[in-house]
Amino acid sequence: MTGLVAALAGIAVLALLLILGNLVVKGASSIDWDFFVKTPVSPGQPGGGVANAIVGTIIMVGMACVIGLPVAIGAGLYLAEYGSGRLGWVVRFVADVMNGTPSIIIGIFAWTWLVRPMGHFSAIAGSVALAILMAPMIARTTEEMVRLVPHSLREAALALGYPRWRTSLRVVARTALPGIVTGALVGIARIAGETAPLLFTALGNLNLTTRLSQPMQSLSLQIYAYGESPFDEWHRLAWASALVLMTLVLVLSLVARWATRARHGGAR
Amino acid sequence: MTALPIEPIPPATDTGADRDERWRAFRSVNSSDRWYRRVLTALALTLPALLLLVGLGLTVSAWPALERFGLHFVWSSVWDPVAEVYGAAPMIYGTLVSSALALVIAVPLALGVAIFLTEFAPRWIRQPVAFVIELLAAIPSVVYGLWGIFVLIPFLRTAVVPPLRAALGWTPFFSGVFYGASMLAGGVILAIMIVPYIAAVSREVLLAVPAHQREAALGLGATRWEAVWGAVMPYGRSGIIGAVILGLGRALGETMAVTMVIGNRHDIATSFLQPAYTMAAAVANEFTEATTAMYLSALFDVGLILFVITVIVNALARLLVWRVAGNAVVGSRAL
Repeated sequence: MTGLVAALAGIAVLALLLILGNLVVKGASSIDWDFFVKTPVSPGQPGGGVANAIVGTIIMVGMACVIGLPVAIGAGLYLAEYGSGRLGWVVRFVADVMNGTPSIIIGIFAWTWLVRPMGHFSAIAGSVALAILMAPMIARTTEEMVRLVPHSLREAALALGYPRWRTSLRVVARTALPGIVTGALVGIARIAGETAPLLFTALGNLNLTTRLSQPMQSLSLQIYAYGESPFDEWHRLAWASALVLMTLVLVLSLVARWATRARHGGAR
Repeated sequence: MTALPIEPIPPATDTGADRDERWRAFRSVNSSDRWYRRVLTALALTLPALLLLVGLGLTVSAWPALERFGLHFVWSSVWDPVAEVYGAAPMIYGTLVSSALALVIAVPLALGVAIFLTEFAPRWIRQPVAFVIELLAAIPSVVYGLWGIFVLIPFLRTAVVPPLRAALGWTPFFSGVFYGASMLAGGVILAIMIVPYIAAVSREVLLAVPAHQREAALGLGATRWEAVWGAVMPYGRSGIIGAVILGLGRALGETMAVTMVIGNRHDIATSFLQPAYTMAAAVANEFTEATTAMYLSALFDVGLILFVITVIVNALARLLVWRVAGNAVVGSRAL
């Protein structure tokens, strides 16, 4: 029986290695300096790159962090500090339910409330959609991390005369900060790869733009468009973009993991 | 003595009611404390507000279609933008069947991984394998889709479907021509995508089972496997069912990978080798192409049905998981 269970685990690990292996094999050959600095060219022409997608991903994910992180960390702090009542239960439950909501629904929500009133697709609508996606996830991980802070720290600060809000911010949140950052990194890694919410908010753009009121390309949108196209050249670029995206996600996840490991391994 | 930043506590009069009132008063003795709490509460309330707004926005936008087609929308198979007649039955069928197929494949794999990681794996292998499973959850959906188009479908076409057809081709489930994009491909890729979620949550549920359950079984003479299957798993049963339902919730809402491999055809076919459609894929494909207001409203209707189904499934899953593993953020790292 141990063998069966080990075999099942082995299959799952194998699936990951297959996917990553394919990514590296198919994508690595297309990556060169041009890939990072040029914008796409017409099909049939060689060369071109995905600079617009890389810049777009960075800008939209950055804006999503600016919008979403304060809300998420605030909600997480609320749940940890004051969330033992009924309202806390409701917020926790809603956050968990929202974590499971399909990202396409968030996309059409952002379309209804942002794109349609504004009259055009824009990167800011895409950023808001991404922020809505990341907020419940980061709120819950923040709550978990702040809960881990021992009560003795809180009581000591209160006994020394700190008001409750100052205890919460300067003592508790600061102690939990590595964990909060880890949760934020995991959330960022997840939204960096999202496509569905950007399909009808940021729409995509063949040109490199940094203006938030314009449609913007992202790596995920690029992979989708190129993967579905009939051109071999574009398929190669799709694989290369997938490799870049996966590397970004991997680096963020590894950094998040390393930060937690260092925390639990060290003496405190 | 330097001035303390809190107001002095009034002298004690020793009744219990007084002390309770003093504690309640102490909590809000500082106006900045009250403001802090208000700000945090406001930030926290944005989450339920967002959920309500999503539901409201979907219902309002879907209202024309809801009014015109009513419940008939759910079992009509006609999707005719030209004649402005819409019915979502193929999409609902495709969503449910592809998710069910994914569960059938994924649950044994995921439970195997979870049991392996908590019960049987040697210590040194646990962290790496757990990390690998987390990484599977981190792969973006569109990358799965790309891999599905260029690696999985050719693999299915050459190595999986011929033996399946040879063995089971006489059943209606494996008949017909296999083009590549099909319900089977959708189901398999969904299975790979939900294994990490079910495995992570199941693992946390199994870790939450108290050790004395396993120890008692072992003490009564059970083998390791018998202890797991007979003592640990039944204790965590509702949590594991919750984990499976959570995976189902993810599979129901998955958009990009599915739309790239499932064929996107508005049709209900019994055979798994035929193309199919799911609600999320329909919205993704046709939203920007919707030419009339009724078309758009019909798509919002589809989105509303999907939203309601996933909210119910996720709520059920969370309640089940909370029963065993407590209010903790279960599987949060993988989610």
